[in-house]
Amino acid sequence: MLEDIGNLFHGFAVVAQPYNLVLMVVGIVLGVIVGVLPGLGGANGIAILLPLTFSMSPTSAIIMLSCIYWGALFGGAITSILFNIPGEPWSVATTFDGYPMAQKGKAGEALTAAFTSSFVGALFAVIVITLVAPLVASFALEFGPPEIFSVYFLAFCSFVGLSKEPPFKTIASMMLGFGLGAVGLDQMTGQLRLTFGFESLLNGFDFLIAVIGLFGIGEILLTMEEGLSFRGKTAKLNMKVVLNTWAELPRYWMLSLRSCLIGCWMGISPAGATPASFMSYGIAKRISKRGRFFGTGEIEGVVAPETAAHAAGTSALLPMISLGVPGSPTAAVLLGGLLIWGLQPGPLLFTEQKDFVWGLIASMYMGNIVGLIIVLTCVPMFAAILRIPFSVIAPVILVFCAIGAYTVHNNTFDVVMMVVFGIAGYLMKKTNYPLAPMVLAIVLGDKAEESFRQSLLGSQGSFSVFWSTGLVSAIMTLGLIALFWPIIQNTWVKIFGSAGEPRPAE
Amino acid sequence: MSVANKVLTIGTAAIASGAIALSAAPAKAWEPSHPIEIIVPAGTGGGADQMARAVQGIITKHNLSKQSVVVINKSGGAGGEGFLDVKNSKGNDHKLIITLSNLFTTPMATGIPFNWKDLTPVAMMALDEFILWVNAGKPYKTAKDYVDDIKSKPDNTFKMGGTGSKQEDQIITVALEKATGKKMTYIPYKGGGAVAVQLVGNHIDSSVNNPIEAVAHWRAGKLRPLCVFDDKKLDYHDKIAGDLAWDSIPTCKSAGLNVEYLMLRGFFAPPGISNDAVAYYVDLMKKVRETPEWKKLMSDGAFNQSFMTGDEYVKWVAAAEKTHEELMRSAGFLAKTN
Repeated sequence: MLEDIGNLFHGFAVVAQPYNLVLMVVGIVLGVIVGVLPGLGGANGIAILLPLTFSMSPTSAIIMLSCIYWGALFGGAITSILFNIPGEPWSVATTFDGYPMAQKGKAGEALTAAFTSSFVGALFAVIVITLVAPLVASFALEFGPPEIFSVYFLAFCSFVGLSKEPPFKTIASMMLGFGLGAVGLDQMTGQLRLTFGFESLLNGFDFLIAVIGLFGIGEILLTMEEGLSFRGKTAKLNMKVVLNTWAELPRYWMLSLRSCLIGCWMGISPAGATPASFMSYGIAKRISKRGRFFGTGEIEGVVAPETAAHAAGTSALLPMISLGVPGSPTAAVLLGGLLIWGLQPGPLLFTEQKDFVWGLIASMYMGNIVGLIIVLTCVPMFAAILRIPFSVIAPVILVFCAIGAYTVHNNTFDVVMMVVFGIAGYLMKKTNYPLAPMVLAIVLGDKAEESFRQSLLGSQGSFSVFWSTGLVSAIMTLGLIALFWPIIQNTWVKIFGSAGEPRPAE
Repeated sequence: MSVANKVLTIGTAAIASGAIALSAAPAKAWEPSHPIEIIVPAGTGGGADQMARAVQGIITKHNLSKQSVVVINKSGGAGGEGFLDVKNSKGNDHKLIITLSNLFTTPMATGIPFNWKDLTPVAMMALDEFILWVNAGKPYKTAKDYVDDIKSKPDNTFKMGGTGSKQEDQIITVALEKATGKKMTYIPYKGGGAVAVQLVGNHIDSSVNNPIEAVAHWRAGKLRPLCVFDDKKLDYHDKIAGDLAWDSIPTCKSAGLNVEYLMLRGFFAPPGISNDAVAYYVDLMKKVRETPEWKKLMSDGAFNQSFMTGDEYVKWVAAAEKTHEELMRSAGFLAKTN
């Protein structure tokens, strides 16, 4: 333990070298840009810049690349809040309350809350990594297919029934999402599904394309109809916003702590940042006293998903370092980098490459602090974007959306699909079909299906596998409780009377 | 804005490549006139992706080409997306594709209209080995111990984890089933790294991971290699786990399991490109193979370092296709449309 702390300080010394500090700032700025551009996520950004790092020392390289990652995590929130366009999959949940806040003229508050929560989440995860890395790695090993399925199950359950729309519209939207998610190659049998012989459909419908279209293009179409201007131009443009929001944030410490825990768990398991953000938002909505106002611009609705997403994104690096299994696409690219630099990810990296590992961990601390400072000082600037006339900014957004959609698979067909999704998103909004369940189903549907079928393959088709160990039983039971929570709550009230706000045990 | 610029460059490169192919000056030896794309018909982080990115890094670091190299993943439809892209880029001599076994298995299993003969073969870079791994906590010390236990239990008792479905890992599993006479439960995962960790966590009984995918866990004492699916032992003598080196692993044949499988890691180009361009790429790859980084990659991953070009390479690929077709047919993996 003491030795670890010594190593960590040694790591800080490595990171604090001027050369590395410059790389860090460059990485954060690039990352924010990459995160802002929808479609061009951290994974693509790192993949593009990876070759530049081959001439650096591995430690400098990982500092720069991981800072791109932190920057992308920060940047994803910006377009979600300002334009309802999630720059990254895990920013989708941030749009639910972030965008309404911006429309109310509270863009500055929403951005500050998002950035600060991201920082808190990441910091919490780094502390977890520093203190209990070996323990955490063995926890990740507990997760076989049934456990992973139960995590997705919990994510779905904690999100179902949150929508204000009629349940049947929610179910229709979710089922459509599952259907779209199933297109392409079936991992389990190696057969093509629902491609109808079209080569363009081989890849299926990428989640990012759907999100850019449904949210981004759909939103622009709506704004065009509503009079060609942004609401929320009144956002205040000074640093006071940051301080005022900070004064408010400590009230939500319980929410933050819970979101941190959810995030770390999802990142390590490794389900990733996207289910973490959805789950955290869903649970926050159920538990919060102001839950029924979620979706209309509640600051808690920004804090919950951002904290969890960042905690997950950060802790996802741990399985990568200690097990060689990436918890996110970005971690996967970094993993490739490790191998090219001649480092072997795995249990021994911690003992054999102390400089590298502790340099990386120290850069997580420093990178997030530097990142927070950079993005917070830019809050007024970001909020000012809303003052640019719609007729100027809308074409720019459309171009970035198209570039983003193209970059996902370097495929022009995806750009066409984006427009189709955009029109679908517009029509769905007009007819009050909720978009979130569809998005959730596209992003998690095929992964849930995969682990579900892996589990059943392993158990020869017996469902008892989902209650076979303490861990999986506990998560499945939590999922069922979350699913039937409204009923449980009603019964509780009937039996015991409405004794204030009933709060579930955590 | 350099990132956005890069993206635009990639975009324009794809559009302009057809035009520039026509205008290449024939007077001196062929040289690329704009960035070279390497298509990876698999996701990021896998074996093919790692090799493509290593080649990219080596070319950049040693300045082996005047033009930069761009790696693009096109993994849709088990790589079918990537192969069709290259097949449809006729005459584009600034594009290469790195292959894994899905060069054969994807068209066979899915029936997509593609065959390796649609492409221009460039060079075999290496062959990837497969090893039978078990959890080090299990009592099996040799392949024979494991096989004997499989034989003594009912069908489907043992779970084999692997990458993808109807691809190399499952083909080896089917061959193992033939050799042991017992069915195994094959569970497909997305990547080799995940399979190795599932084995460490005891969620599966064995895997046929490539050396590089499982070596870290072997060194940490979590996994044990039982045998290698090659006709000779691996040619690497450096100690890896305690006193054991790659060449300490016996061949599966010597353990009574008559199963052999090697996976092609090679480059192909689109159809209809000039011989001069092919010669340029062969020469480029030869230079890549001379670098210390490449040698390190080879020894880290215990690759079989065969290098082939021209007719020799074509013959090898044709023979490998035949083997795959037989294996896939006997396993019932061929698409119905074939």
